[in-house]
Amino acid sequence: MLKQIEKYGASLLALPFMVTIGLFFILPLLLVVVVSFWDYTSYSIVPDFIFTNYEDIFYGCIDNLPELCTAFSTYLSTIKFVIITWLITLIVGFLIALFLAFCVQSIALQIALFLLCTIPFWTSNVIRMISWIPLLGRNGLVNDGLVKVGVVEAPIEWLLYSEFAVVVAFVHLYTLFMVVPIFNSMLRIDKSLLEAAYDTGASTWQMLTNVIIPLCRPGIIIGSIFVVTIVMGDFLTIGVMGGQQIASVGKIINVEMQYLQFPAAAANAVILIFTTLMIIFGMTRIIDVRKEL
Amino acid sequence: MLNARFKFMMVSFFCLFIVFLYGPMFCILVLSFQGPEGGLTFPMRGLSLFWFESLFDGVGVVDIWSAFGRSLRLGLVVMVLTVIFSLMAGLAFRKKFALSSALFYATVSSLIVPSIVISLGVALEFRILDDTIKTLGEKHQITWILEDFRTTMGLFSSGLGAQLTWTLPFGLLIMFAVFNRFDPSYEEAARDLGAGPWKTFTEAVLPIIAPSLIGVALFGFTLSYDELARSSQAIGGLNTLPLELRGLTTTVTDPTIYALGTLTTGISFTVIGLALAFYFTMRRRASGKKI
Repeated sequence: MLKQIEKYGASLLALPFMVTIGLFFILPLLLVVVVSFWDYTSYSIVPDFIFTNYEDIFYGCIDNLPELCTAFSTYLSTIKFVIITWLITLIVGFLIALFLAFCVQSIALQIALFLLCTIPFWTSNVIRMISWIPLLGRNGLVNDGLVKVGVVEAPIEWLLYSEFAVVVAFVHLYTLFMVVPIFNSMLRIDKSLLEAAYDTGASTWQMLTNVIIPLCRPGIIIGSIFVVTIVMGDFLTIGVMGGQQIASVGKIINVEMQYLQFPAAAANAVILIFTTLMIIFGMTRIIDVRKEL
Repeated sequence: MLNARFKFMMVSFFCLFIVFLYGPMFCILVLSFQGPEGGLTFPMRGLSLFWFESLFDGVGVVDIWSAFGRSLRLGLVVMVLTVIFSLMAGLAFRKKFALSSALFYATVSSLIVPSIVISLGVALEFRILDDTIKTLGEKHQITWILEDFRTTMGLFSSGLGAQLTWTLPFGLLIMFAVFNRFDPSYEEAARDLGAGPWKTFTEAVLPIIAPSLIGVALFGFTLSYDELARSSQAIGGLNTLPLELRGLTTTVTDPTIYALGTLTTGISFTVIGLALAFYFTMRRRASGKKI
């Protein structure tokens, strides 16, 4: 009896966790794939095996080229957000991590500053989006400042409820996802490597490109995966900051669900996951190739 | 090693980043204390608690306070489950067990699969469950199903599950970090002194890892309290506070929404502050005991 417990103890301990992940992550994902082949009426979903949901998404996409169909233009617009957000969060996140890891000497200060960057992560995303209104609004601080200084004559309209606002919010919300993994990789870098580089006459720039960046690769990849997947599937930030005017893949799924078109939403979700995986795969390859050079 | 000019630039950049991070939040904090004729932007018009009073009277048709209560209760349940499940799984992962690497990859994937997809999946799951129950009820003429059954979806079924897929991975990753640094000789010492497995756990392991469990609890509560992407489609008929808030962004055009923002951010900050205070005192006590 005791031996049995000893043998299966670890599995038993992991059981609640495993069941939860199984019931609320694995099974739902499988259901999304299965239901994407189902049929639906205006009030119910019908088990079936059809490809209409996928065909509907890409209806006219090939015939009407070079004019972009809704699916293609939505994906393009979403991918545009992904690339811009990824670039900005990567650069900002890297610099912040660099500062925390190498410019702060005392460990207590390092922890304090790291927490300072982390605390907003534990507060409400919606509030953090709304909080841009007093700054970016038509009569917001930024517009007021620009008008007063004389850079523009009339307030700029595209600061809020625009693609610009969406990107600002993404950077505001998700740079942390870059900072943490990159900071973590930087802490593992052996300081003597930097000393060696310095002693052999490397400039700050050379230390960055030849020592720090290559050794931060795992952190950079993990951070990039986070940012890309979050932005790819986003519907809230694009909705709130875009004034509900900008299309995104996540929003299509969201709207279809509100109309109870679950199989159509599921087909879109499958394509979304597939695209996201492709982008992640592509990015890890790019970073790999650069290491080869 | 890094030259002085570079360091100065980095310090300035960091300060700018902190302003970028906290500045907007600070703006709505200030603007929520305006007088009755205040608007959504600066300049401040007067100074009062008017908008907080208007918040207490309720915002339009939305019952903010019940939503707040639901968020709080759900957050607490998610917190407790996240701590217990992650701790147990963390202990389990110290050994290899059946499906351990599959569970690890599933957990990491759960973090990075787009939230809307998980929300959709959970909603589908409960919808299919509902349909099945209804069909069974019709088939066997079960009265309570035919008359009373509406849905299995709800705050503490589908909503709870959807949020756990977000908090549990963080919990497990923290437990990994904890047990990677955990020195097993404390356990061995306890065992050598004749402690059973349970006593070893409660008197040797638990006191050492307790501060980190505070961290897991912090993640569990705050991530649930502010979560909306995953629960958005899977919460059932009654919304949580973040979901109501998102609705309010399109309908409310006065500083009431800032007052609500100040209030809910205040709650988050209180929770974070308490957790950090607990964490550091417990760690100090733990390190004091070691010698």
